[in-house]
Amino acid sequence: MGSGIGSARGTMPEAPTSPNYQLDEASEELLIRRVQDGEHEAFYELIRPYQRRVYAAAFAITRNDAEAEDVAQETMLRAFKKLRQFRAESRFSTWLIQIAVNEARMRNRRARMSMVEPIVEQQDAEGNYIPRDFADWREIPSETLERREIREKLAEALASLGEIYRDVFVLRDMQHMSIEETAKALGISTASVKTRLLRARLMLRDLLAPGFGGAWSTRLQFAKGTKPW
Amino acid sequence: MVVNCEQVWQEISNYLEGDVEPNLRAAMDAHFQECKRCNAVLQGTQNVIQLFGDERMIDVPLGFEHRLHRRLEENIHPSRRRFLGWMVAATAAVLAAGSFEVARSSVSKRAEPRSEHAQSGAGVPPDMMVVVSEEGKLFHASGCPFIHDKAHLRSLIAREAIKEGYTPCARCMKKYLEADLNRAVDDLAG
Repeated sequence: MGSGIGSARGTMPEAPTSPNYQLDEASEELLIRRVQDGEHEAFYELIRPYQRRVYAAAFAITRNDAEAEDVAQETMLRAFKKLRQFRAESRFSTWLIQIAVNEARMRNRRARMSMVEPIVEQQDAEGNYIPRDFADWREIPSETLERREIREKLAEALASLGEIYRDVFVLRDMQHMSIEETAKALGISTASVKTRLLRARLMLRDLLAPGFGGAWSTRLQFAKGTKPW
Repeated sequence: MVVNCEQVWQEISNYLEGDVEPNLRAAMDAHFQECKRCNAVLQGTQNVIQLFGDERMIDVPLGFEHRLHRRLEENIHPSRRRFLGWMVAATAAVLAAGSFEVARSSVSKRAEPRSEHAQSGAGVPPDMMVVVSEEGKLFHASGCPFIHDKAHLRSLIAREAIKEGYTPCARCMKKYLEADLNRAVDDLAG
């Protein structure tokens, strides 16, 4: 697991990467037209609100800092080169994330091909998922995510999911894409998205509830190398 | 309509999406009132979505935007990039020559840089807290993702790190190094 999610990183002094930087739809359309008409400098402004999201999507899938950064760079380059082909049938952000996801998944596949180990969990599990833990986990203090060890636990849990579940969860619950957008980005049906999303959410809850319900001083089950499913 | 625990678990995700029929929702609501275990699953699943949906879950690395724009610049305006690269190289050569003269005339005792590729740390605020590892050659801002030996770090001020022969990380200290370079260019021009 890369150190990206849980690492204690310095705060970037680069305000435009802030998640709060937003463009309204009209401004975005105008910027797209300007770039399409040859005003290349406008591209930087166009992508600013999404730089962080593209990196986050890439990191959640590749789980590697350097790889995620490279994917983010490649995504933006491809977006620039293909912007003339962009049609406003989907949101610009969705289009960008889709490029990032495809690039990240392709790299994962390439990495797997070079490994001797067999590929596991590439198919939907059959049968219903039964929760295994019923620890009471009610409240999340607002400062929870400020704690590095908590972010590390969350990252570990996410990394332990099978790829098909993690990809859906990343797009839907971390990138906030719709079920339909997620299905389109991954090339699967909306029914499959829903099934995998349910499983991903329940698995993550099973992994995390004991820690949040009790103390983080004890290691979680999955950290011992055994998955509870 | 009445639902059992297993039915609730299979629909809990759709329930949270607002994607269940009103009858089923009412039945699940009633079930959650009575069933402590299903209520725990519901609360926990909500928490999972809330936590992972938070922007703070993933931080971009220090210098990410700078490197991204540089890569774009190289591809979008390659000729400009080549010119900038030439300027930086020329300035670096001038600085290296100048540094050599300064080092030669200096009487202060400073450890030799740990790397032959080291850059001067002159632009880094001397009282800034930085971290070093015993086996490393560079000093970093705390949290820099390019620290290699994270298990054996210690903090100290930049001035002390430079005295010990450490040199600035070109990534996390980039803004200081560039500011130093710009000042040198201004001095030469001026």
